[in-house]
Amino acid sequence: MTLAEPAAGSTAKASLPEKPGPKRNKIKTGEGRLAFMLVAPTIALLGLIVGYPIIKAIFNSFLSDSRKIDPSTGQFQEPGAWTGLTNYKHWLLQQCPSGAGKTISCPTGTLGSQFWSSISVTVGFTVVTVLLETIIGMVFALMMNRAFKGRALVRAAILIPWAIPTAVTAKLWIVIFDPQGILNKLLGTHFAWTSSQWPARSAIVIADVWKTTPFIALLILAGLQGISADIYESAKVDGANAWQRFVKITLPLVKPALAVAVIFRTLDVLRMYDLPAILTGGANGTTTISILVVKQLNSGIYSASALSTITFVFIFAIALGMVRLFNANIVGTPGKGGK
Amino acid sequence: MTAVAHGSTAVEAGTEAPTTAPKRRFSPGDIGTLAVIALIIFWCLAPFYWMAVLAFRDTAFTFDTTPWFNHLTLENFRYAFNTTDNKFGRSLFNSLLIGAVVTALAMTIGVFAGYAMARLSFRGKGLILAAILGASMFPGVAILTPLFQLFAGWGWLGTYPALILPQISFSLPLAVYTLTSFFSDMPWELEQAARVDGATPGQAFRLVIFPLAAPALFTTAILVFLASWNEFLLSSVLSNGNYKVEPSTVALAKFTAGPHVVPYTQTMAAGIVVTVPLVIVVLLFQRRIVSGLTAGGVKG
Repeated sequence: MTLAEPAAGSTAKASLPEKPGPKRNKIKTGEGRLAFMLVAPTIALLGLIVGYPIIKAIFNSFLSDSRKIDPSTGQFQEPGAWTGLTNYKHWLLQQCPSGAGKTISCPTGTLGSQFWSSISVTVGFTVVTVLLETIIGMVFALMMNRAFKGRALVRAAILIPWAIPTAVTAKLWIVIFDPQGILNKLLGTHFAWTSSQWPARSAIVIADVWKTTPFIALLILAGLQGISADIYESAKVDGANAWQRFVKITLPLVKPALAVAVIFRTLDVLRMYDLPAILTGGANGTTTISILVVKQLNSGIYSASALSTITFVFIFAIALGMVRLFNANIVGTPGKGGK
Repeated sequence: MTAVAHGSTAVEAGTEAPTTAPKRRFSPGDIGTLAVIALIIFWCLAPFYWMAVLAFRDTAFTFDTTPWFNHLTLENFRYAFNTTDNKFGRSLFNSLLIGAVVTALAMTIGVFAGYAMARLSFRGKGLILAAILGASMFPGVAILTPLFQLFAGWGWLGTYPALILPQISFSLPLAVYTLTSFFSDMPWELEQAARVDGATPGQAFRLVIFPLAAPALFTTAILVFLASWNEFLLSSVLSNGNYKVEPSTVALAKFTAGPHVVPYTQTMAAGIVVTVPLVIVVLLFQRRIVSGLTAGGVKG
């Protein structure tokens, strides 16, 4: 998923109007009224297309998919009867129905039993890819910042993986990862990359790192270019070696740019769908939460609603935590600023 | 934050000012840097190059790993566009149509909000900004489930509106954010001058700011269009298998070349068709796009 990426950098800037500072030539009269009229269509549309469905999903998550017999009337209930927390218990506590109103732990192979594994797969992908992308992206950015001749060429090259749609990326890597494909030829191996667990997971990580590292590098490079050369010169004069200069100057100064990149990449990988869905179809331990929700859609919409609500809350909590952390680091006063 | 802003200006303006004074002509360190630069370029381009090689290669030689173009044929492209199996032309048209409508909608509505966010101070602005940011960060599956049910009830599954409307959820926040950052950087003194000369805020916007903002609008439109063109999750479910409306990403994901055939070369041909227009656009406007991505500075 690349859709949040373009927003990543721009949010950094978008927070500027909120910063305290001299607000020159602001319009003063009738601002509130004009602002309301200008913002209202956006808010209304987002309310309709994002707000309403989310509230509806939360409501739906308390309804039942199964046609149970109502004990008081002896009649079949249509799906959609109020069922309380059953759907949540199904996913979180692994309770599957076993007839006669009893529940058992979900049998292996059912969608229900895949919940916790999909959570850990998703979190695993997130940690590994974001870590790799940040480290490799940092190396890319440092090198691009040092090279003056080839920079334009590198920037053009770097935008190509970013410009390729994820669906195409997935197909492209399927071909590269084929047992008879180019990668095995180059490495002299005979891996069936996508047909067992760890190779399949590595394949997804490699493809994702290929596609998004350049983007992170670009963001970090933007941060690097804001650092004055004088700081490095004076550090050199003071006898700081290259590593000390990197740790004491580069890292702290590039941290704001890095934080934005890391937060947006994290949220993006947490909801990752297209790459694993096309590359492995979610097979061999690569089912992410988003894939699980889509699979569940056709076998019970209300249960799927509970699952998508859990996903939403899960990602929202991580987002909130990261933004807090990030604010505290940047502004130095936790809970204020940065929004 | 400011580091991002400054940096982007440098990238955007393409100044490439040396951060360290190049005293020596050539050193082992330079060779190291060059080697890593070459590696980066190889890493970014090699898979794309391989896609192009296979797209033009005879299917019989799919697993031939000769690293340059050989066994050239256009058969793969003909196959991708043939109307009985893949109908790829139709899906390209759908992608264009959906992308155009989504971009037009998001830009038309987003431009007003972006202006207000960048220029006006009003109560609840922080909250609105957070809400828009939140809308762009939530997982697509969170709205997919209720929309699937809703559209199923309305008989909308597999129709254009079902593919276009949900994309507003990410394209509108993207447009508002990018425009807000672009607008914050514009020379608003000109607007004030117009206001002093007696123009209303509306006139100042239309006659002074809009012409100045055109490049920013254009860049934002490109980013929104790219996001729409890339979308897969919502489209794959809400198109409901109807090839008449599904976009090229969905069509590509279920690409076939007949039973028991591994359609690698044909898929790569289709991938090239989907990608090359984007790559051309991105390379043509790379400076603007990088500035839009990193901070949105329109200076220089």
